Amino acid sequence: MREEDSIYRNVDWLTIMLYALLVTAGWLNIYAADYNPIASQSIFNFDINAGKQLVWIATALVLIIIPVFILDYKFYSAFSYIIYGLIIFLLIATIFFGTEVKGSKSWFEIGTLRLQPAEFSKFATALALSAYLGQINVKFEHLKTKLIALAIICLPAALIRLQNETGVMLVFAAFILVLFRQGLSPWVLILGFVSATLFVVTLILQDKILIMQSLAIIGAIIIVTMVAFSLLRRKNIKIKKILVRAGLIAGFCVACMIVVFSVDMVYNKLEPHQQKRIMILFNPESDPKGAGYNIKQSKIAIGSGEFIGKGYLQGTQTKLKYVPEQSTDFIFCTVGEEHGWIGSSMLILLYLFFMMRLIFLAERQRDKFAKTYGYCVACIIFIHFTINIGMTIGILPVVGIPLPFFSYGGSSLWSFTILVFIFLKLDAHRRQVLGH
Amino acid sequence: MIKERKYIIQGIFILVAIIFIVRLFQLQVLDSEYKLLAQQNAARKIIEYPFRGLIYSREGERLVENKTVFDLMMTQRETDIKDTLEFCNKFGITKEDFMKVIKEIRRDAAYNRPTPLIKQLSFVENARIQELLLEYKGLFTQPRTIRSYPYDVMANALGYIGEISRFQLETQKDPYYSQGDYIGISGLESYYEKILRGTKGVRFIMVDRKGALKGRFKNGDYDTLPEPGMDLYTSIDLELQKYGEQLMAYKKGGIVAIEPSTGEILAIVSSPSYNPNMLTGRKFSKNAAALQKDSLKPLFNRPLMAMYPPGSIFKLPQALIALDMGVIHSNTLFACNKEVVNCHPHPSPQDVKGSIQFSCNPYYYQVFRKIINQDKNPNKFKDSEIGFDQWYERIRSFGFGKKLGVDLPNEKGGIIPSNKFYDKVYGDLRWKFSTIYSLGIGQGEIGIIPIQMANLAAIIANRGYYYTPHLVKGIGPDKRKPEKFLVKHHTMVDPKHYEVVIDGMEQVVLAGTAAWSQIKGLTICGKTGTAQNPHGEDHAVFIAFAPKENPKIAIAVFVENAGFGGTWAAPIANLMIEKYLNDTTSIRPDMEKYILNKHFITVNRDSIQ
Repeated sequence: MREEDSIYRNVDWLTIMLYALLVTAGWLNIYAADYNPIASQSIFNFDINAGKQLVWIATALVLIIIPVFILDYKFYSAFSYIIYGLIIFLLIATIFFGTEVKGSKSWFEIGTLRLQPAEFSKFATALALSAYLGQINVKFEHLKTKLIALAIICLPAALIRLQNETGVMLVFAAFILVLFRQGLSPWVLILGFVSATLFVVTLILQDKILIMQSLAIIGAIIIVTMVAFSLLRRKNIKIKKILVRAGLIAGFCVACMIVVFSVDMVYNKLEPHQQKRIMILFNPESDPKGAGYNIKQSKIAIGSGEFIGKGYLQGTQTKLKYVPEQSTDFIFCTVGEEHGWIGSSMLILLYLFFMMRLIFLAERQRDKFAKTYGYCVACIIFIHFTINIGMTIGILPVVGIPLPFFSYGGSSLWSFTILVFIFLKLDAHRRQVLGH
Repeated sequence: MIKERKYIIQGIFILVAIIFIVRLFQLQVLDSEYKLLAQQNAARKIIEYPFRGLIYSREGERLVENKTVFDLMMTQRETDIKDTLEFCNKFGITKEDFMKVIKEIRRDAAYNRPTPLIKQLSFVENARIQELLLEYKGLFTQPRTIRSYPYDVMANALGYIGEISRFQLETQKDPYYSQGDYIGISGLESYYEKILRGTKGVRFIMVDRKGALKGRFKNGDYDTLPEPGMDLYTSIDLELQKYGEQLMAYKKGGIVAIEPSTGEILAIVSSPSYNPNMLTGRKFSKNAAALQKDSLKPLFNRPLMAMYPPGSIFKLPQALIALDMGVIHSNTLFACNKEVVNCHPHPSPQDVKGSIQFSCNPYYYQVFRKIINQDKNPNKFKDSEIGFDQWYERIRSFGFGKKLGVDLPNEKGGIIPSNKFYDKVYGDLRWKFSTIYSLGIGQGEIGIIPIQMANLAAIIANRGYYYTPHLVKGIGPDKRKPEKFLVKHHTMVDPKHYEVVIDGMEQVVLAGTAAWSQIKGLTICGKTGTAQNPHGEDHAVFIAFAPKENPKIAIAVFVENAGFGGTWAAPIANLMIEKYLNDTTSIRPDMEKYILNKHFITVNRDSIQ
């Protein structure tokens, strides 16, 4: 009893409230997305997605939230590697025994229940990574630590890639942000950002020589300017330091050139539909009924919502199925169409508030395991939020990943619930652990 | 140091949220294009074609009906035809036809729009095709109505409908038609197009991305119902019309019969003609082209468009004008002197009545001289001009030299040369009676159309007035007659002068130029004419009305290249009158047989029926 009392008193009710708000809003919007004005089924009808989602929500409460809270908080750090190992095993098993759905062999059927192990690999990886970095003897500054951390992240990511679930694999980029918080060089982030930008620029311009020349010229200008400044400002010049800096900049430029040079290689490795999804971003009109269709219809649905929206259940684009996957990946269209700019912005701010709250909670952990795990949770949600909404409003390529708590689907809802509530459990016991 | 990094991560979160909100503001608030696109997406405009008005005969028989046919429509984007040849074989079309439609679709970029692939399938064909449609996506049949004609009569007057031309589409004043719409092209179909067509309705429905119906758009607030076209009730006496066409078979020419007291047209025959059903249905284009190329010009609506010098029937208004102007009296005698114009043997001299009975040319030469030269001016040229102007004014009051305003398109006005015309040809004060005397006997620069001839008969029957000849006596459910057909037009000739002319016309049939064709028991007043034809045999003309008192029918018959009017035109007119007044033709079976057996032309149109 004492245990439950303490959970009740110490758990962060604000986060739970935000969670409840998002799940409820999602449920209502799933109903709106599939709402048929002629049939006019009840939201509790279990034949429609909204009714099914209600079942998922209820089961999440009973089968996930309560057990997560009842289990001892030490269980998660203690069993993290076992859970991780189990998921890796499941991922491998899926490759061989999984069921193929829409070109991805990522589903596992147990009786009538269909689960996607890839969804659960997120929290498992988060647990393992946090457990590893949470060890007292592990120092992030060591190269070995970085490599092992990278291996923990990349192993499931690679297995998921083999299942053809590129979207889910991208989510693992969230861990780069986690590592950054741990002390990863900002250059990795910058290089990542610059690489992505260069990748896009190269695809648009299709002129590698020009871009590489520009890079060389920009690099040269920066080096010359830096050297000139150093020479002018300081009297005791440390030539070695200047040379190191110049070398770093030159190296960075070379790295950029390699990125540019390998664009075709990477691009050609992509599946044709993925290539199209990227090209559509730059030229949405190139194939309005083919690959560009989804994104165009998504933008039409959201755009037609205007300032205050058409009103709940009044949207036409989503109901008439112009928007694809409108209750799963494109659920944001329903919000945009029916609740307009006001509603969409409020939802975005709600997510922002939720993620900021998670960062705040993570920062208040004295246990390094809990703190790292908190960051993992916040960053995974952030990546989902960014890719999903970015795709529906046409600023990121179409990647089939759900909007956390909002999109229809049991695997997705369960995995996010586990992810968040393990952290809330850890947070509730934050005073019981000694900081390092 | 590293602790500060939480701000960077939070900063990234905030940055993304701001980018999203700004981007949404641009999509949802600044850019208004999406709302329109959304409507275009979901709301499909369905045109509902109204029922085209029907056309009835005087007795209420349907002359023109509607028939339902089906168009096979194809939306190319949705279709998936793997084997074109197999597809064409199944649907019974040639590959060329199919490629033609594909080309059309490409030209109009109509990939998402249903385009007619096979037009006008019958009920049976439609039923057969339904099974095939299950195999192919993006195809459906759509009902539409076409015209159908229960009787093979008056094709030229009824006219036909066809797809609107590109030119008409581009030049229409108030945009009503769209591509593929049907429009009246000739005859009543064209003249009464706006009344017959009704008003198209529009229905907005919501469709999902597959094109499946998902209910009405905004509860049908923007929908309009199609308004059916109004029916036309014509004055055509179907039996008389049929009989007229029978009589005119294998002859070039026409008949116009008018009810004098109302101006209603009882029969309008143009020969050679065609079966109106040829210009409806799938063989429309083929048949239309064949009819257009036909050397006998079956599409030429002769009663309204054929212009002839009227010949001797012109003597009737000449006599009336001269009497009214007081230049002659009913008992004025002129000798048949044949000085300038020739004549045929008959007793001489004659008065007005006799001159009509025997159609004396020299008499009217002298009558016309009296009209033109009244010695009002010592200058012969000036004097001619004064007389001519008075005549010109009066002759035009008979409806000559101008369009009567019949309710059919392409009506010709005919020609009555004016003072200015002669000034232009000969110079001012350079022409006098001797220049224009042939007008006196209906020859020279005059052109009269058959309907004007029939109208002349009606004027004389009415003793001095006419109603504009018209086919439609009632429009719509209340059978209202257009106002302009209720206006009485008086000639400038005093009604009292008509009797003597009518007496003369009675004699024409009793003991004059048309005596052979008289029908016992009927008092027919008529006048023969022979329209000179520089290209060959003269055209036979006859106008008449009957009975003499309280006339019921006025008629004009003209037979091209048939020579003298009494031989061919008068029998036809008299048989028509008998048919109309007595409902049968039993008195002159010899004459009827003689007419029916006469073939002036050979018609061979089996190939295009």
